[in-house]
Amino acid sequence: MKDLTSANRRVVFKTVAVTLMMFGFGFALVPLYSLVCQAFGLNGQTQRITETTLLQMPVDKTRKITVRMDANTNTRLPWQFQANQREVSIHPGEMTRVSYSARNLSGSDVTGQAIYSVTPNEAAMYFKKTDCFCFKRQLLKSGEEKEMPVVFVVDKDLPADITNIVLSYTFMRADKYVSKGETATN
Amino acid sequence: MTATTHEEHHDEIPTGIKRWLFTTNHKDIGTMYLWFSFIMLLIGGLFALVIRAELFQPGMQVVDPNFFNMMTTLHGLVMVFGAIMPAFVGLANWQIPLMVGAPDMALPRMNNWSFWILPFAGFMLLAPMFVGGNFASGQGPAFGWTFYEPLSGQYDKLVFFVFAVHLLGFSSIMGSINIIATILNMRAPGMTLMKMPMFVWTWLITAFLLIAVMPVLAGVVTMMLTDKYFGTSFFDAAGGGDPVLFQHVFWFFGHPEVYIMILPAFGVVSEIIPTFARKKLFGYASMVYATASIAFLSFIVWAHHMFTVGMPVAGELYFMYATVLIAVPTGVKVFNWISTMYRGSMTYEIPMLWALCFVILFTIGGFSGLMLGVAPADFQYHDTYFVVAHFHYVLVSGSLFGLFAGVYYWLPKWTGNMYSNGLAQLHFWLSTIAMNLTFFPMHFTGLAGMPRRYADYPLQFTEFNVMSSVGAFMFGFSQLIFLWLVIKTIKGGEKATDRVWEGSHGLEWTIPSPAPYHSFTTAPEVK
Ligand SMILES: [Cu+2]
Repeated sequence: MKDLTSANRRVVFKTVAVTLMMFGFGFALVPLYSLVCQAFGLNGQTQRITETTLLQMPVDKTRKITVRMDANTNTRLPWQFQANQREVSIHPGEMTRVSYSARNLSGSDVTGQAIYSVTPNEAAMYFKKTDCFCFKRQLLKSGEEKEMPVVFVVDKDLPADITNIVLSYTFMRADKYVSKGETATN
Repeated sequence: MTATTHEEHHDEIPTGIKRWLFTTNHKDIGTMYLWFSFIMLLIGGLFALVIRAELFQPGMQVVDPNFFNMMTTLHGLVMVFGAIMPAFVGLANWQIPLMVGAPDMALPRMNNWSFWILPFAGFMLLAPMFVGGNFASGQGPAFGWTFYEPLSGQYDKLVFFVFAVHLLGFSSIMGSINIIATILNMRAPGMTLMKMPMFVWTWLITAFLLIAVMPVLAGVVTMMLTDKYFGTSFFDAAGGGDPVLFQHVFWFFGHPEVYIMILPAFGVVSEIIPTFARKKLFGYASMVYATASIAFLSFIVWAHHMFTVGMPVAGELYFMYATVLIAVPTGVKVFNWISTMYRGSMTYEIPMLWALCFVILFTIGGFSGLMLGVAPADFQYHDTYFVVAHFHYVLVSGSLFGLFAGVYYWLPKWTGNMYSNGLAQLHFWLSTIAMNLTFFPMHFTGLAGMPRRYADYPLQFTEFNVMSSVGAFMFGFSQLIFLWLVIKTIKGGEKATDRVWEGSHGLEWTIPSPAPYHSFTTAPEVK
């Protein structure tokens, strides 16, 4: 009987250890996931460059690609958000400026954060930006409307089979992430 | 030790409600698990019938879309966590001590807790549905049983859902620890690991799967909770999180979960087929290794549920090959069952009918699973009724039929009475026909592009949906026959012999029928 009790206790001890370890592992998946994404350039990691670098990039005049602009608003954000032009036709390596505009339809000040993605996935690492409204949270006063520019370049090394790129933004409500004392870009 | 005091009032069976509230007897707890899961099966089935009533014809007739979504969500959650999983734990509680020759589970008091947590978890899950007093405007979860972020994060009563999942997790983990301790420490002398019945083996492996992945599920709902109420942003993109991460963590739990629901059924079928084919199980050792390989592979294939989220091609290929690889150990099992029957003197008693049906229909579900595992094809099938057809073939004609097979196999041992063959035949044939009528047409609607989780559909899908709905109502009502049959068998019937089945083998058949309240108080010797 004594042996059995201690044998059971050993099993309980080990299995509880496994349980706790796996609970921790669930949380460890979070940093692991971003590590993997960074290592393989997945998941629309922002490729941010300075304007000087951009101006030094060679331009490929032999081909043109189409970049389409897409705008979405999360249901929890009372804004109207759209692209000011539907698409641009550009040479790879050429500095391009497009803009979006957003208007706060609600009666109160709201902070939003734009999340961006580039389709197809393979194009994401060639899509570089010097300026974007998605780099910071945006505060819109009640009823305020604002133009939001994006300056980007598509690297001339973009694979030849990619002729169309979609640049997509989704604006999400971000009030709860604004800490006291901090002010979002206005 | 409590065990010594226990020995003294050995034959007394406590009576009244206290017997069930405070019981530490594995048979009582097994019985409670089985009844609980059957009630949940009826509740989950009722939800399914609401879905099928709405989809009987195109257009909106019965419920509004949000209620429909609530039904799909709760149907899935109730069936997975309320019906299938507890039912297998119930079988384990009844059978594992009897099959390894132990007097009870290793940790009887914990066993009581693992069961009694369940009703509270079920209550937490279902309660929001009744908020507001008005059923139609109930606020139950309506984001699908996979509760993907960001939709689930916008649910107002999220805290109920999260705590329900936590409680379910506690219950399963405690149950699993108990099963592992029982199997490792309480086997009769002479019963080596490789002499254990297949059902015991499959449950040992399932229990390890449970303690490995239920904590991950607990972790993911905890992250949802802190995202919603404590300002973290694991999944909220606005705060730097990523909803795709949710899918990775969820399916890291979710894929092993599907094996948690099927491995014990494999075990049940591996007990039944040798009995009625009157041959030893073919390839016992390979069965054990195949089960272990399936369990191992289940940890490294999760992203086959997410082929369409935008993974790099290398990732798609890896998850595709790894997934398709699972067909190898699964194939080993299916061929072993067939080889067991080959040249056996087969008879077709009720448990065997269910087991045979299991082998055939589960294999159909396995094949559609292979089709879904092929990444480029999955882009076509993803989130269509083809997926619904697939997982109902493995969960209804797989897990549930496995459970029915087990109950019909062991019920005479539990109650001491044989059940009515006529009723059992009726239940079997109606269920089998209705199950196929319900789910087979879904393959076609799915291939034709009907998306899952919608309350309405275009006209061209009408005929197939009518068939599914008729089948579903048939299936639902035939389960009442089962209820009636079980009650009748408990109350009386032709007395069962100790061996019950002519070809049965194993320790559980050496004790009297019905199994006495305390069995194997002195351990049997296994040669
Ligand atoms: Cu899976």
